[in-house]
Amino acid sequence: METSPLAPDILFHLGPVPISLPVVTTWAIMAVLTALSWLGLRRARVHPGALQTALEIVVETLAKQVTEIIRRDPWPYLPLLGTLFIFLVFANLSAVVPGMKPPTGHIETPAALAAIVFLSVHVFGVRSRGLLDYARRYIRPNPLLLPLNVLSEITRTFSLMVRLFGNMMSHEFVIAIVVFLAGLLLPIPFMLLGILIGIIQAYIFTVLAAVFIGAAVGSVEA
Amino acid sequence: MELNLQMLSIIGAAVAVSFGATGPALAEGRAIAAAMDAIARQPESAGPLSRTLFVGLAMIETMAIYCLVIALLLLYANPFIG
Repeated sequence: METSPLAPDILFHLGPVPISLPVVTTWAIMAVLTALSWLGLRRARVHPGALQTALEIVVETLAKQVTEIIRRDPWPYLPLLGTLFIFLVFANLSAVVPGMKPPTGHIETPAALAAIVFLSVHVFGVRSRGLLDYARRYIRPNPLLLPLNVLSEITRTFSLMVRLFGNMMSHEFVIAIVVFLAGLLLPIPFMLLGILIGIIQAYIFTVLAAVFIGAAVGSVEA
Repeated sequence: MELNLQMLSIIGAAVAVSFGATGPALAEGRAIAAAMDAIARQPESAGPLSRTLFVGLAMIETMAIYCLVIALLLLYANPFIG
């Protein structure tokens, strides 16, 4: 409780580079996800086993959802959006494992993810519409609105970052305060609420990224 | 009792969170009520409606989270205190 949520908690130094706890947790989640995918798709078959079926259900559900949002072929965008969603679900729910803290509760991880979304929106937009046509988006409907359009790019990326960070961090705070007030059974409903919040925030982050990409490639208005 | 800068920061953080939570709470209540009404009228459109509702709620919630960030800055990264 005494430590600031904005300050990183450094675990150890790798040469001159400080390694913080969220980074280690992120590595662990990446290792788990990679191992899971490798196990499931080591011998991919037409008549799949249990794990491969589960993975296929996840991927196809994600593809369906992304298709409904951006209204065109989802597969160019699915590697980014699907990875974002699966990583965020695992990251937000990592507090369920005792001793782990969600890396999204520190500001660096959401900042990095929001920066990825910010850059990839422009890459997808330029790739699908061409540079000139994409840049023309900023002077629409009127060149007077150029500053506002540029400002909205920045603020929506910032709010994408702060929304995820604020929700996860404040939930950690609430749990800490409840544990401080009444130790044994009272935190359990709050922890259940935390599972719900984690999944909803992962969903919102992914849906907003999909909406931004859809607006950039010109299939939907946002 | 003398009001110094730290006490003022704590009071400011509390005021920021409390007032910043009120507006978005009312707005989210209205948005959810409208979405429930729409789903009750047209249950088959529940999918797109709830997705739009979630995105809209996220947008509304941003205001509350900005206030939370201001409160956190006041409490933990106050530029006017040492």
